[in-house]
Amino acid sequence: MTTAEDHKSNGLGKDLVVYFCILALAAIQFVIAYQSIDGSQMFVRMLIVAIVEGTLALLFFMHLWENRGLLWFFVIFTGFVLLALQYGWTDSFRLSHGVPWAK
Amino acid sequence: MSQADLTMQGVSTGSMAEPAFSVPAKKMAMWVFIIADTATFAGCLVAYGFIRNGTPDWPRPFHSITNVALMTFILLTSSLTMLIGVRSAQKGDKAGAFRWTMITAAAGILFAALHLREWMGMIREGATLFHNPWGTPLFGSSFFSITGLHLLHVTGGVVALIAVGLRYRGGRYKADDLEITGLYWHFVDLVWMFVVPLVYLLNLAH
Repeated sequence: MTTAEDHKSNGLGKDLVVYFCILALAAIQFVIAYQSIDGSQMFVRMLIVAIVEGTLALLFFMHLWENRGLLWFFVIFTGFVLLALQYGWTDSFRLSHGVPWAK
Repeated sequence: MSQADLTMQGVSTGSMAEPAFSVPAKKMAMWVFIIADTATFAGCLVAYGFIRNGTPDWPRPFHSITNVALMTFILLTSSLTMLIGVRSAQKGDKAGAFRWTMITAAAGILFAALHLREWMGMIREGATLFHNPWGTPLFGSSFFSITGLHLLHVTGGVVALIAVGLRYRGGRYKADDLEITGLYWHFVDLVWMFVVPLVYLLNLAH
């Protein structure tokens, strides 16, 4: 069980390192925004950086690194929701654009 | 103390099952809320992505990143101050924990003020929930809905931070309660990490 004692034993140094990493990654997103690249490439690059940022925050700020069971539950559940959304939205677009009266 | 009270504090009573994922009940409740809210924001952002891709005249109205960069810096830094507050509470430094929690709340208020200033600027230019002067009205709908939902979370977080911080200082709440509120605050920060690139940076005018 993760207790207050466990958290207490970890110093603030690690939090600072993670904070500066996240800050640097956020800065990278702003740099990407000014690159002369295709919109889809920009989207992919920004999304990858955002996922890395979010993972760092989840693992170290929200202490999921110390509770692997909950980490897997979170990853699997959220992953399932995202996949279901991809399927649902794609299919709704197919339906709305594929019907004869859409044109 | 009743068995329910013991379970709320994450104490095993022997006759009851171990808490899920070895997480105390109150903390688990916050995690369930966070997971559900993740699905809500994921739904909004995925829907926004599909609408944006399916709309040919999607506008790129943002000319400056100064405000959003400042907002991002404030929110990220508030996560650090929250961590410092929680660690102070876990060390028994009540005054320090309260001070850092209030600094976090102040950062949240500053973030909300900057956000509202930006909204006012856009509204003055003619953008509303159902209309925008640069093209499809869907832009206004999605922009104000997504950022509004996040702003609502920030506002709720500020209220929670102040309420929990005051009760912690008064001795009614413990360090664990502050940590649970901190989890929510980090989640608000995490959502912003996705809102910034998708809603702001991809709509930057070049």
